[in-house]
Amino acid sequence: MSRDEEWFDDEAGPVVRPYAVTGGRTRPSKGSLELVALVTTTSHGRAVASSLDPEQRAIAALCLRLQSIVEISARLNIPVGVVRVLVGDMLDAGLVTVHRPARPTNRPDQALIEKVLDGLQAL
Amino acid sequence: MDYRPSSARPPRTDATPAPSPVKIIIAGGFGVGKTTFVGSVSEITPLTTEAAMTAASIGIDDTTAVGGKTTTTVAMDFGRISLLDSVILYLFGTPGQDRFWFMWDELVLGAIGAVVMVDTRRLADSFPAIDYFEERDIPFLVALNQFDGAKRYEVADVRKALDIEPNRPVVMCDARRRESVRQTLVALVRHALEVVAAENRERDLAGT
Repeated sequence: MSRDEEWFDDEAGPVVRPYAVTGGRTRPSKGSLELVALVTTTSHGRAVASSLDPEQRAIAALCLRLQSIVEISARLNIPVGVVRVLVGDMLDAGLVTVHRPARPTNRPDQALIEKVLDGLQAL
Repeated sequence: MDYRPSSARPPRTDATPAPSPVKIIIAGGFGVGKTTFVGSVSEITPLTTEAAMTAASIGIDDTTAVGGKTTTTVAMDFGRISLLDSVILYLFGTPGQDRFWFMWDELVLGAIGAVVMVDTRRLADSFPAIDYFEERDIPFLVALNQFDGAKRYEVADVRKALDIEPNRPVVMCDARRRESVRQTLVALVRHALEVVAAENRERDLAGT
């Protein structure tokens, strides 16, 4: 990896196809993480960040502040599908915690929608 | 996953609840002001990301995508608003062109509801979005974005022209103004609560 960094820069463009960094897998091990699933780096993730692959290291650094899957994708310019796999692996390894929507496939419950209304009114 | 119901956790001494992500969809025709709307109220500069998707990719084994299916890269804009109680609201602008609509299904999954933005000079551009959310019983309201130099329309006229049900909100909105955008979002979330309440009533009736 360190040898790659000697010549790899933004202008070089992607040197591997996106799914190469995920070992060919296209889904995380525990079901697809939602676009808005919120990711935070754990203290363990912080401690070992320097030994991670570049993509995971970048995610660990970014998620010192809470970020969603789509934010990670946009800020690091990594496709959403790849972010899902990388974060899934990091979750398995205890490098991040993830807060997923309480009801990913349904509208939020009444109590949560009421919280959103209160929050928007207080904005 | 790391998330557990709060009842399974030891009592917390601090008052910070676990973060809850929620989302609202901003839809409408191309160039109607969706990105402006998101930018007016977002706490971050609106971001764009690209999701590579195939029309039939959802729930289908990935290997099937290899055999000649076209994968389209779709750009979506989004913004973020942190609310009280660690609720984080994401606003997603839908891809504007009709041919990208297949990906809305993933985007709208779990959403509170949608704002359908309408340019009164191009009413017909909003028909597909209105049809989409009506068919799926997703709470939405219609926001008339007022463009400079456009003829002013009455809400009632537009409601009639778009054939909007009487209980569905139709509001005026200036996508450039934060307060106007905030009020539009408040109106949508109120409407979503009414929809939930009506559903609960129906369920209670069916249960008795």
